[in-house]
Amino acid sequence: MTQLFPRDRAWHPQALDPNYKTSVTRSPTQPLLSLEGTTSELSGPTFGHSDIDPLDNDLLRNFATTGDPVGERILLHGRVLDENARPVPNTLVEIWQANAGGRYRHKKDTYLAAIDPNFGGCGRTLTDDQGYYRFRTVKPGAYPWRNWVSSWRPAHIHVSVFGTSFAQRLITQLYFEGDPLIAKCPIINTIPDPRAIDQLVAALDINASVPFDCLAYKFDIVLRGLRSTYFENRPEGN
Amino acid sequence: MVQKLDYLKETPSQTAGPYVHIGLAPGDAGFDIYRHELGRDIAGPDASGTKITVRGVVRDGTGAPVKDVLIETWQADANGVYPSQGSVDPSFRGWGRVIPDFDTGEWAFDTIKPGAVTDQTGTVMAPHINLWLVARGINLGLNTRLYFPDEMAANASDPVLNLIEQPVRRQTLIAEQVEGGYRFDIQLQCPSETVFFDV
Repeated sequence: MTQLFPRDRAWHPQALDPNYKTSVTRSPTQPLLSLEGTTSELSGPTFGHSDIDPLDNDLLRNFATTGDPVGERILLHGRVLDENARPVPNTLVEIWQANAGGRYRHKKDTYLAAIDPNFGGCGRTLTDDQGYYRFRTVKPGAYPWRNWVSSWRPAHIHVSVFGTSFAQRLITQLYFEGDPLIAKCPIINTIPDPRAIDQLVAALDINASVPFDCLAYKFDIVLRGLRSTYFENRPEGN
Repeated sequence: MVQKLDYLKETPSQTAGPYVHIGLAPGDAGFDIYRHELGRDIAGPDASGTKITVRGVVRDGTGAPVKDVLIETWQADANGVYPSQGSVDPSFRGWGRVIPDFDTGEWAFDTIKPGAVTDQTGTVMAPHINLWLVARGINLGLNTRLYFPDEMAANASDPVLNLIEQPVRRQTLIAEQVEGGYRFDIQLQCPSETVFFDV
């Protein structure tokens, strides 16, 4: 019987962190009930190419009408792996982000930076059979938010990934190498271990950059690993 | 020193933030971009089984509705079989995304009532819908389950409900029967805090 590796909750952000004020009223106060995975957690939804369109992963083009969006053009790419370093193929990766000025296309965002008429701010793709994914987009801007009197989110892209089990489901945010706002961010600092924070910082990848077109950033995503019990006939067969 | 284990570490989670809808439900953020938004149909009109509607609200520790929550649902079909494990009903996807009304925080979804699920070990679990909650202020998605009030016998022998030490807390996972379906309110904090799982 297959099981997932237990989630290392000390590696993840803590549910309650008073410096991230919204977490104070939204974090459970009772201990979580630890369950060995049942069929309900070990199974999960699957997606195929009929669910998405080829342009869905190109944020430079998937909403544009009169030209390209404003901002620094980037290629964002990487692999989805599990904790055994095995690629996770054909899994759905979705991203969303602010535009180059730090404004989200959302009816609840009222930041004064301008909406970009040629930028929607979301994309999705399936990993290939080696677990690779890629998006084209613009580098998002920093923006202010209500936490301290002057709190600014570092440039970031939200990332959602599925894997094969509902208990592998993960939403995170990627940051950009060298951003001085990373160290100051209360949301990032909900993560206690600095090595875990480093895991969220995408590296500038000159080798993958396209000359006179776009810079590249590489961001690998790791989902929980799968293990078989001792009596499983196919110990590597998951 | 000992040899090094060469496992990778899981990517740490970060909050989905208040604008999660842009990525996962752009129509709710206020714009159309995709030909087909995912998670809108848990069970198609032709799916076999009893059609149900589930409504609810997620409340924070002050009792206020969490208006920017996004809930994902995952369930077995009417026969208790998950889509990735051999469900043969082509109209049944089993997975959905639920977004509340941004003014009230009330949400609702249509589906079919799942059957009891037999686990790999032969253990039978009462009919249930798995829920995963993300929102601003939630740093790692919260897993819980919805059970049905009209399945008292099955609930009484459900191995997961029975793992909950305090019987009164088991009630937090059992929906309420209301006109037109079920109601399942989720409380993030005490006093009647919903049971959340480390799965």
